[in-house]
Amino acid sequence: MTPPRRREQGLVRAYVVTDGRAHPTRNTLDIVSLVNAVTGRPMAGLTPERRAVMELCRGGALSVAEVAGYLALPLSVTKVLISDLIDSGHIIARAAIPKAQLPDVQLLQEVLNGLRARL
Amino acid sequence: MGSAPASDRALVLPDGDTPSYVADSVRTAAKILIVGHFAVGKTTFVGTLSEIRPLRTEEPLSQAGAHVDDLAGVPDKTATTVAMDFGRLTLSESLVLYLFGAPGQKRFTRLWTDMLQGALGALVLADTRRLDQSFDVMGLLEEHGMPYAVAVNQFDGSPDFPEDEIREALDLLPETPLVSCDARDATSSTKALIALVEHLQTRPVPADQES
Repeated sequence: MTPPRRREQGLVRAYVVTDGRAHPTRNTLDIVSLVNAVTGRPMAGLTPERRAVMELCRGGALSVAEVAGYLALPLSVTKVLISDLIDSGHIIARAAIPKAQLPDVQLLQEVLNGLRARL
Repeated sequence: MGSAPASDRALVLPDGDTPSYVADSVRTAAKILIVGHFAVGKTTFVGTLSEIRPLRTEEPLSQAGAHVDDLAGVPDKTATTVAMDFGRLTLSESLVLYLFGAPGQKRFTRLWTDMLQGALGALVLADTRRLDQSFDVMGLLEEHGMPYAVAVNQFDGSPDFPEDEIREALDLLPETPLVSCDARDATSSTKALIALVEHLQTRPVPADQES
């Protein structure tokens, strides 16, 4: 049986903090992508929410989900904000597992080793 | 309106917490989903294993969901959002694992899409008192081709059924791992994750996986 593939219907929600956009400018951003603030970028002109993301991410790397959790913003909104900040050179992202790629053998083994080491 | 200097690394958040950053040496972040019905122990499981204070995000329900839900006259804010708890484990110098605990309702499509993409697999928590309530989430995972293992969370007072009876009640495939765990116990919960990852290692790559 081939299950029907569900597609996001693209319903636009009026997110004020994202200038009304419900979708990020890039699709490569995963909720576990690790992001860092780039130092020395101009902060003038950033909205309070984008500024808050920058301040949070200045101290080190966090996943997109952690940024959402710390700033009490929905994940969908956080992805839009971070995508914008990547576009403007304020934030850089470190790779999570690429979306469309199956977890490879080596990664699973590393996860397993890490878990076993905790026992 | 924080008054801390901009250069201060120890950013203080509105709730007085300070963020716990990922080590600079980390290059890869993986995720595993912890799923199951309401009150099955997802948040406990994530909290037991997480090295950071577990975080929560709340996502508005999709408009499509809001239409069918008929929320008119429902003052409870929780009715219009879905919460997800998550935590983090550093597994090596270069690898962190995120655990996302989330409910298994179909209508949370956007959140599911975000969670499922790139996830290694899912651990389905089940309660022997309410096994039938696990079907929805298992169906959802199967629909998305997401591999899973089942862990029966041991609650005080839960009936202790033989494994084959639980397998039959849940209609599990022979290869689907079934373990029991205590979500309050780190060793027990870690072993449940290990059972899942060992299962993922043995799993053939599905031919119909979306590229």
